[in-house]
Amino acid sequence: MTAYRNLTIRQKQIVWAWIFLAVPVLFYVVIRFYPTGNAVLISFQDWNLLGARTWTGLDNYEKLWNDPTFWKVFVNTFEYLIIGTPVSLVLSFVIAYHLDKLRFAHSFIRMLYFLPFMTSAVAMAWVWRWFYQGVPIGLFNNLLASVGIAQIEFLNSTTNALPAVLAPAIWAGLGFQIIIFMAGLRAIPVSYYEAARIDGVGWWTVLTEITIPLLRPTIVFIVVFSSIGFLRIFDHVFNMTTNNPGGPLNSTKPLVLMIYDTAFNAFDMGYAAAQTVVLFTILLIVSLLQLWILRSDR
Amino acid sequence: MTDATLTDVPDRVKPSSEALLAKPTGRGPRDNVQIIRWILLFLGGILMVMPIAYMISTSLKWPHEVYNVNLIPDEPTIENYTYVLEDGRFFNWFINSIIIATITTISNLFFDSLVGYTLCKFKFPGRTLVFIAILSTLMIPTEMLVIPWYLMSQQFGWLDSYWGIMFPGLMTAFGTFLMKQFFESVPDDFIEAARIDGLNEFQIWWEVAMPLVKPALAALAIFVFLGNWTAFLWPLIVTNSPDMYTLPVGLAGFGDEADVAWELIMTGAAISTIPTLVVFLIFQRFIIRGVVMAGLKG
Repeated sequence: MTAYRNLTIRQKQIVWAWIFLAVPVLFYVVIRFYPTGNAVLISFQDWNLLGARTWTGLDNYEKLWNDPTFWKVFVNTFEYLIIGTPVSLVLSFVIAYHLDKLRFAHSFIRMLYFLPFMTSAVAMAWVWRWFYQGVPIGLFNNLLASVGIAQIEFLNSTTNALPAVLAPAIWAGLGFQIIIFMAGLRAIPVSYYEAARIDGVGWWTVLTEITIPLLRPTIVFIVVFSSIGFLRIFDHVFNMTTNNPGGPLNSTKPLVLMIYDTAFNAFDMGYAAAQTVVLFTILLIVSLLQLWILRSDR
Repeated sequence: MTDATLTDVPDRVKPSSEALLAKPTGRGPRDNVQIIRWILLFLGGILMVMPIAYMISTSLKWPHEVYNVNLIPDEPTIENYTYVLEDGRFFNWFINSIIIATITTISNLFFDSLVGYTLCKFKFPGRTLVFIAILSTLMIPTEMLVIPWYLMSQQFGWLDSYWGIMFPGLMTAFGTFLMKQFFESVPDDFIEAARIDGLNEFQIWWEVAMPLVKPALAALAIFVFLGNWTAFLWPLIVTNSPDMYTLPVGLAGFGDEADVAWELIMTGAAISTIPTLVVFLIFQRFIIRGVVMAGLKG
């Protein structure tokens, strides 16, 4: 203790800081950094979890490049992104824009839109899966039948299954995006609208010249946040297709489901690790690309 | 819920653009726009909660009534709940989920704010490095880490245990960053005054700084709890025995049992969703504010 007492205030601060950081720094090194390096390392090895690890260099990546399933999965993953992000962006903006102008029962209606965000993806995947069943089980087909429209194969069709799985994912995240958009709308200074009003500018000009440009940081956040979400889609797909995960014929399989299958059903750890490195690279490229496209100083 | 800063802020701090653009007096076309907007948003909101409503409604139906598209059951029954809870598994999974989500939340609140505070209020060599290192883990997708985590759990005997499910989520970079941002708003003078009063650094953090960032702690608690309550991929990987499943993992397997009826699946889904919905309905404004804070700061 005397040693501590003799320290200067600045030195005492350094001691305290490292006492506070000791456990967390250990945590981040052992639970985040070491595994990251380890994943990259395993991706260069051949290992089935039981046998010996053998160094195989780029073999796993080469196998991935030549694997038709991977390219199917790659296309699927980007379909989730390319349909999901714009649809949820436009929907959430339109809803937030109008919700912001609502004067009566504002918080009640806002609550209706937000509720799905509080649900668990697994539970809701099963609800939607039930909706999609054929007559006489599924709700959607029952409704269609009652107005005399032919049944639609939602989850058993290679063309319909991916949008059918994507819909609940968009639905579940919409509430979050609406709330963020509404916060962004509220943050726009009133003086801009007052000036527009004095100038007698129409609502469309106000929207395109004031609201949307000033919402740019919010839009950037939502685009990056939701694309990362769609690129990592798993819970919805897995639970809506458990009888044939990623099916029919891999038409709904995203990259994360392929990783899960390769690692924990086929126990091909090296190959799965190579897929995770690819996922990491895609996420990084897509986020950086979006930040660059949507950068504010253009 | 006693926190003044979060709950007492008026819902609408400034008039919306619509209110400013509206004519000051008299009824006019704008009133019709308001009415149409209200009706459309209301109908949209009803559509948004439909899946949740059907889930709850079906969980209250007798098996013969499940395929009826009526939302209100003819003869509501809680038979499904009695059956599912007497089965014991759901009750077990529920308890597992409660324990895991609670402990990870407490751990995150403690460590994320401790690290955030240290990085914000202490001057020490290596500060920037630690901050950048922690922040950089935000870019690493969990999917890349699950294989090394699994191997680690296998080596240390953590598979199929609470600790195994919880260890990756005990601290998060997102939470640390969020808390650091909020500690910026705590004046250094408060900390200096406490130091002169003879409090040690731990006491200053815990007794002076922490009470000042309660709203941020609440926002973080909601995010961490909800995230762990609905987490699926890692619990699915790390658990083997049904006794250790969390609610989402248990529900996924339960739904997949060949003979399970939809009314029982909907009951299971309701059991894993209703608690968060109830919490949301009680703390609604609080939670939405938390989402906004976390979304905008993060």
